[in-house]
Amino acid sequence: MNIIIIGCGKVGITLVEQLNGENHNIVVIDEKEDKVKSITDELDAMGIVGNGVSYQTLQEAGIRHADLLIAVTGSDEQNLLSCVIARKAGHCKTIARVRNPIYNTEISFLRKELGIAMIINPELTAAAEIARIFQFPTAVKIDTFSKGRIELLHFRVTGDCLLNNYQLIHVRTTLKCDVLVCMVTRGEEVLIPRGDFVFREGDMVAIVATPSKASDFFRKIGIVTGKVRTAMLVGGGTVAYYLARRLLDVGIDTKIVDQDPARCEHLSELLPKATVICGDGTDEKLLLQEGLDTVEGFAALTGLDEENILLSLVAKKYSHAKIVTKINRVNFNSVLGDIQLDSTTFPRLLTADVIIKYARSMNESLNSNVENLYKLEDGRVEALEFYIKEPSAVTGVPLAEMRLKKNLLICSITRGNHAIIPGGQDELQVGDLVVVVTTHTRLGDIKDILGDK
Amino acid sequence: MNIGIVRFIIGWMLEFEAAFLLLPTLVGVIYREVRISLVFLATSIICLLAGFLLKQRRPKRRDLYTREGFAAVALSWLTMSAFGALPFFLTEEIPNYIDALFETASGFTTTGASILTNVEALSHASLFWRSFTHWIGGMGVFVFIMAILPLMGGGTTINLMRAESTGPSVGKLVPRVKDTAKILYEIYIGLTVIGTIVFCLCGMNLYEALTIIFGTVGTGGFSIYSDSVMRFSPLAQNMITLFMILSGVNYMAYFCLISRRIKDVFAIEEVRWYLGIVFGSGAIITWNIHKLYPNIWDSLRHAFFQVGSIITTTGFSSADFDRWPELSKMILVLLMFIGACAGSTGGGIKVARIIILCKTIRKELAVMIHPRVVKKIKVDGRPLPHETLRATNVFIAVYSFIFFSSVLLVSIDNFDFTTNFTAVAATLNNIGPGLAGVGPTQNFSLFSPLSKCVLIFDMVAGRLELFPMMILLAPSNWKKY
Repeated sequence: MNIIIIGCGKVGITLVEQLNGENHNIVVIDEKEDKVKSITDELDAMGIVGNGVSYQTLQEAGIRHADLLIAVTGSDEQNLLSCVIARKAGHCKTIARVRNPIYNTEISFLRKELGIAMIINPELTAAAEIARIFQFPTAVKIDTFSKGRIELLHFRVTGDCLLNNYQLIHVRTTLKCDVLVCMVTRGEEVLIPRGDFVFREGDMVAIVATPSKASDFFRKIGIVTGKVRTAMLVGGGTVAYYLARRLLDVGIDTKIVDQDPARCEHLSELLPKATVICGDGTDEKLLLQEGLDTVEGFAALTGLDEENILLSLVAKKYSHAKIVTKINRVNFNSVLGDIQLDSTTFPRLLTADVIIKYARSMNESLNSNVENLYKLEDGRVEALEFYIKEPSAVTGVPLAEMRLKKNLLICSITRGNHAIIPGGQDELQVGDLVVVVTTHTRLGDIKDILGDK
Repeated sequence: MNIGIVRFIIGWMLEFEAAFLLLPTLVGVIYREVRISLVFLATSIICLLAGFLLKQRRPKRRDLYTREGFAAVALSWLTMSAFGALPFFLTEEIPNYIDALFETASGFTTTGASILTNVEALSHASLFWRSFTHWIGGMGVFVFIMAILPLMGGGTTINLMRAESTGPSVGKLVPRVKDTAKILYEIYIGLTVIGTIVFCLCGMNLYEALTIIFGTVGTGGFSIYSDSVMRFSPLAQNMITLFMILSGVNYMAYFCLISRRIKDVFAIEEVRWYLGIVFGSGAIITWNIHKLYPNIWDSLRHAFFQVGSIITTTGFSSADFDRWPELSKMILVLLMFIGACAGSTGGGIKVARIIILCKTIRKELAVMIHPRVVKKIKVDGRPLPHETLRATNVFIAVYSFIFFSSVLLVSIDNFDFTTNFTAVAATLNNIGPGLAGVGPTQNFSLFSPLSKCVLIFDMVAGRLELFPMMILLAPSNWKKY
């Protein structure tokens, strides 16, 4: 696919990095020469120095033969305009990053009228993810499939958890829990476990279950569930605004702490139901005064990564709250795992992920049946959604009799409106939406799940 | 420096050289030169083994930055020449190894300077290999490898290409390195095939046509006869002139032509300058030598043949230009330094750099006259990045430095000034013949081994545009961080 990316900021670089390995022809455009150079030096992409709004620059980048244009510069207006001009100059699909909350309510109008395929708002995406975590606290991270029907829940096995030193087969036989364990991250390794697998303390486990069965499972293994009732957000930026709005909508009592009086006033104007505190979020006393020790959800959302990490550690010390840390830079990801922060959210990666998912499904839709793709555990595991269009070797055979590839698991089948957590007796049928979790990358078709005979 | 990956890349290159060596083996079989053929086969196996050994251990780290890329390419070219020289040495056609190395390095770097006094004495297979090295070296061995294999290191392989391709700022034609390399070779092979057919139609046999076209599109200059191409018909010589001049054009122009952007071809400033220089100097020389030849057509033919041969740094000769008037000789020496277009197979300083230099001079003068003037240097209507400008200036400095040091070292042999000066100019610019003692009817065998080594260095440095070779000489480059 021919892809043009305008803007070589954090998101732009992440996009090029990820798309590079997938056989695309990538052209990047940025006005800053050094940024373009740093990309073309390290990655296999062509760089053009110029303004992405300019028709001539786009022409030079080969807009006429482009399939996809992604505008991720710092300016919303520039992104939108680039997309509009690209639509007129060529016949590519376009994705624009638009972050100003003013446009947020008008996204569907903009999309329709300007002919933009996707408008992505990183802050909104991040806020949605944090809100989901607050609503389901035991799971550290949640990915949704099948339009939200299935959730992939990630949690860590702690010392006092029943699962510690527990064999996987007993989850179904002894506990009688209808959940499917998809993958386990142990240290640097990612495993797709079989029946004889034994859990250990510190394992990061991902399960698939319907919401009611999941809460049943969590109760049985001794992890307390129930959504949070009070939340404290430190840092009153855009993410905090979106998040607070969502939380208030579902009836969670939300408190926002920010230093800037003007911002606080603005926030309280926008969110009359929220408690807005004007004060220094790094002041331990202030936080305790505002009930840090009793709060059930805590999100560190300031603009500084270091501050967010420290705030989370403070919150962890004083409370049993569910803690989410916002981190902008991904460079230190490997160290962050050691600090054992509950949840981290990377707006930059989230944005890139959403865009890549789109690019991928666009690319694959021609010659494969991938509907949706999620990269998990730093891209070491992929969760793919396939739509079965026609009968083949994989249909009509009980799963127990199918010789699947190693490190591959069918984790859910959606038939009609029902989500099935598959067992050995289930079989795939035409019209099913199948979710496969695997450490193999680049599966192109549902038939690729079969191993060698 | 990540020495592991440099070693690995050299191994890769050797395996490709092994494959290349099979071609002369085949030529030997066709001409029933059994012993020669076996030597080529043996060399091929040696290359394969050496490559296999070097590739045994996969490098731990895969980072391939500019320094690794440059060092790998420079070392590869030296290794390639060292192994490529083996057949000449083992068949005893060139009994002295330094001479064999000189001949091979001259081949790969598309110089075309020879130490052979009697070219016809060599076997068909050896002569074929000698010319084929031009073809490999012309576009570059790594560009070839990249067009075929996905090299490790992903996008950073651009650093290999940057070291091997010519011009002040090596860019890509299309987003991916692999596709760029492929397009370059498609154009290159296209020119070769068309040239072969044209030469055959002009009365050469297939063997002659192939060896001459290798020397032409690679801008090399090795002929299979001692009198270069003087024995071919005037028509054939004119065709060689045409293909030499075409090979000196920036390949970007052909890419524009293929993608049907004909207007863009003439928008490339460098191509206009290049053609201007060719026709300008061709005209002056025609006028200057018209008394030497019976009619104007002969003068025209010889003038343009020599101009095309020298500016593209090929080095064929249709006449002994050493006996031309001083003005003509001086123009040819100037053309030696100018060289072909950036992004072509030719050598020299490159027209693009000359353009940048001229514009820099104009800007500096403007600054002297109006001290507060703000002026941006533009090429092809686009402002030139400061980086390129600096690189060009440094290139000229390093170029002069290498040039004069080489002249100094070569002068130990105690030849006259013209010989020393043009010998270095002809090797550093990858041309081949110079003037006086190294003129078109002479050769380089008279130099001492030391001078030959200096000239070998000049050839490789000139072909790789200096910096890859210079980085080998920087001690800090060899430290493990």
